[in-house]
Amino acid sequence: MFDIIGKRHWYFLISALLIVPGLIAMAYSTITYGTPVRLSIDFTGGSLMVIKFQQPATEDAIRDVFMSYDFTNPVVQQLGQPEDNTWQIRIGFTDVETVDKIKASLADQVGPIDEASSSFSTVGPAVGGEVTRAATVAVVIASLLVGAFIIITFRRVPNAFRYGVCAISAMVHDILVALGFVSIMGLLFNWEVDALFLTAILTVIGFSVQDKIVVFDRIRENTPKRRGEPFETIVNRSILETLHRSLTTQLNAMFVMIAILLFGGASIKQFIAVMLVGMVTATYSSIFNAVPVLVVWENGEVGRFFRRVFGRKAATA
Amino acid sequence: MRERNTAFLVGIVILAMVLIWIDLPDNPGIHIHWGFINIDKDIQVHQGLDLQGGLQVLLEADVPEGTEIDSEAIDTAKVIIENRVNGLGVTEPLVQKRGERRIIVELPGIEDPELAVTTIQETGLLEFIDAGYTFLAPGTKVQTDYLAGGEESAPAEAETPTSEGTSEAEPASTAEPAPVVYHTVIAGSGLKDAGVTIIQDAGSTVPVVAFELQPEAGAIFAQHTASHRGQYLAIVLDKTIVSSPVIEDAIPDGKGIIKGRFTPAEAQALAVKLRYGALPVPLRIETTRTVGPTLGQDSVRKSITAGAIGLSVVFLFMLVYYRVPGFLADLALAIYALLNFAIYKFGLPPLFNYVTLTLPGIAGFLLSTGMAVDANILIFERMREELRAGRSLGAAIQAGFDRAWTSIRDSNISTIITCAILFYFGSTFGASMVKGFALTLIIGVLTSMFTAVTITRTFVRFTFDVFGDSLRAKRWLLGI
Repeated sequence: MFDIIGKRHWYFLISALLIVPGLIAMAYSTITYGTPVRLSIDFTGGSLMVIKFQQPATEDAIRDVFMSYDFTNPVVQQLGQPEDNTWQIRIGFTDVETVDKIKASLADQVGPIDEASSSFSTVGPAVGGEVTRAATVAVVIASLLVGAFIIITFRRVPNAFRYGVCAISAMVHDILVALGFVSIMGLLFNWEVDALFLTAILTVIGFSVQDKIVVFDRIRENTPKRRGEPFETIVNRSILETLHRSLTTQLNAMFVMIAILLFGGASIKQFIAVMLVGMVTATYSSIFNAVPVLVVWENGEVGRFFRRVFGRKAATA
Repeated sequence: MRERNTAFLVGIVILAMVLIWIDLPDNPGIHIHWGFINIDKDIQVHQGLDLQGGLQVLLEADVPEGTEIDSEAIDTAKVIIENRVNGLGVTEPLVQKRGERRIIVELPGIEDPELAVTTIQETGLLEFIDAGYTFLAPGTKVQTDYLAGGEESAPAEAETPTSEGTSEAEPASTAEPAPVVYHTVIAGSGLKDAGVTIIQDAGSTVPVVAFELQPEAGAIFAQHTASHRGQYLAIVLDKTIVSSPVIEDAIPDGKGIIKGRFTPAEAQALAVKLRYGALPVPLRIETTRTVGPTLGQDSVRKSITAGAIGLSVVFLFMLVYYRVPGFLADLALAIYALLNFAIYKFGLPPLFNYVTLTLPGIAGFLLSTGMAVDANILIFERMREELRAGRSLGAAIQAGFDRAWTSIRDSNISTIITCAILFYFGSTFGASMVKGFALTLIIGVLTSMFTAVTITRTFVRFTFDVFGDSLRAKRWLLGI
């Protein structure tokens, strides 16, 4: 039988390698911009314009218009292909009248605007703050409820509490990887976290837990059936039995998400990319994190594990 | 067993036919009028702002922080905005109260978002002020002695006597730096009706707003116009001069026109504002989103392409990987897609009457499809396992559905929990995109528990009842 659980310490190392770059990016981003990931106007408040010009425009020409309205540091980016003539400009919170004036000046000085293909949003700072608080609350409540649900579902299994904690810690792992991904993309390509990103994170939470439940459910089923076997063997068997399903399901979800990434609208591509990263990580962490951590805990080797990991790191350093 | 299966199968075929009918792009809807039975139900796709373009505005009562707001005032403001919005001629506008001091307005497919914003937000307080012999140019900001709700923030001018005679007696005083407080002869509340008329003016046709006063206000108007001939009676909207006509003759019937330099649309918007009265609280714009219609249509086209490609690959994969059961799962999946789309169009009365489709909503649907496939994969993998362990075909099918059920149920419950939180978050903060995603995902998860389990099971049982022998002989058809 293929031994997955036996090599568990390697998986923990791989996870660390996945998380650490993200953490570094988040730390760097916090120092440079004040937040671990770049927040969109949904959270900070501000105004965002996506403007399609009817003829080619230059960044300098656009910048000049904003400078004339005393916006010293507008974030100007070209979207899509150069021939789309579509630009995204982000500035601080600006009232509707000023936005209209800026639009008129842009049309005047840069080129006629294709209004039908443009979009404008402004979010007041107060609303942004509330959204941020609510988003934090939503993620925390979702994690707690899902954890509680697992503990209740697995109550007949010895140490149901541990199943819940393992699922949640693996879920935190998945969220960290997804956040790290966004943070890196934010530093490299100015990706911003909006309300939709929260949706992606919560979906990853749902999917992550779903995946863990399937494996745990098999452990729950196998435990009474194979009383004589050591826990490690039962777990290994359960993983192998559900491996096919995990991979097939993941593959199908990936088909859909990659199709959206390749052919879908630009406005949800980042959202889908985050979800894809989160889901792949979730499948990985179910097999290689949640369950091995459970084994580590059940075997009472937490202390030994730390000694081994840190001992190994000291040796390689 | 066999009869039950056949009955199920017939039921599923009928269901599929109904779903296809609902999903028809040009579904006429249900309109039944038989005696006392009156049913009118349109069956159509409702596209969100991001798909068909439009405007979303979140308004907040513009009063100092900590000030108590009369909840009735917000309710009244909501009704007035609803009326104004209806006057703009938008199909399916949405006006909702959010919390205690906010109102959210969504106008799908609006042509002129800028005009719509001013129509919604402007207080709409109309005043006829006595300007004496002073001509006030349109656009001038003025102060009047009429206090609208929430306008108490002008105490500095309070020392100026605001008796009726002020402006009349000292018209020259406008030259002085001290602000003049004009007397309001009649306010907007005295209006009975307002509408747009076209008149001939200096050889061209111009749109004007014609109004009619209530009898009481009409009497004051008649009296004032009779005694102030030759003076200016300025028309002021939200403390800004719209026009400054001279009273040429007494107006006894309480009817008049407001002449400004309006476009027909602006005249219409002003008439709408006047007809439904002034807002009881001033409103400030907190957030706005405007999406151009072409942008949305482009997204729709791309999403449909992406969805079709993604789902085709999934269908093909299931067919190749699981063979006959995979084909049956594909059939169930097709019914699943039809069922979801039908729910978006038909709703689930009396819970809701339709689902507004947004781009994240489509993503939510596609994801829930992934979960629907997952249920079938769980079942089929279990069936394969049991077959490999040497069970008979019938026993393996039974075990596949029975044993996989707990996994399907538990994992879907966790998704439902996160969806519920997303939905709550989305509806509280006007993040309608988040709400759309949560709604389609939750509908998808719930329906998938039905299609992937009940419908697939019926198909599988029926197929094995009929073709069981040949399948037992050709096990590759089962994907083993």
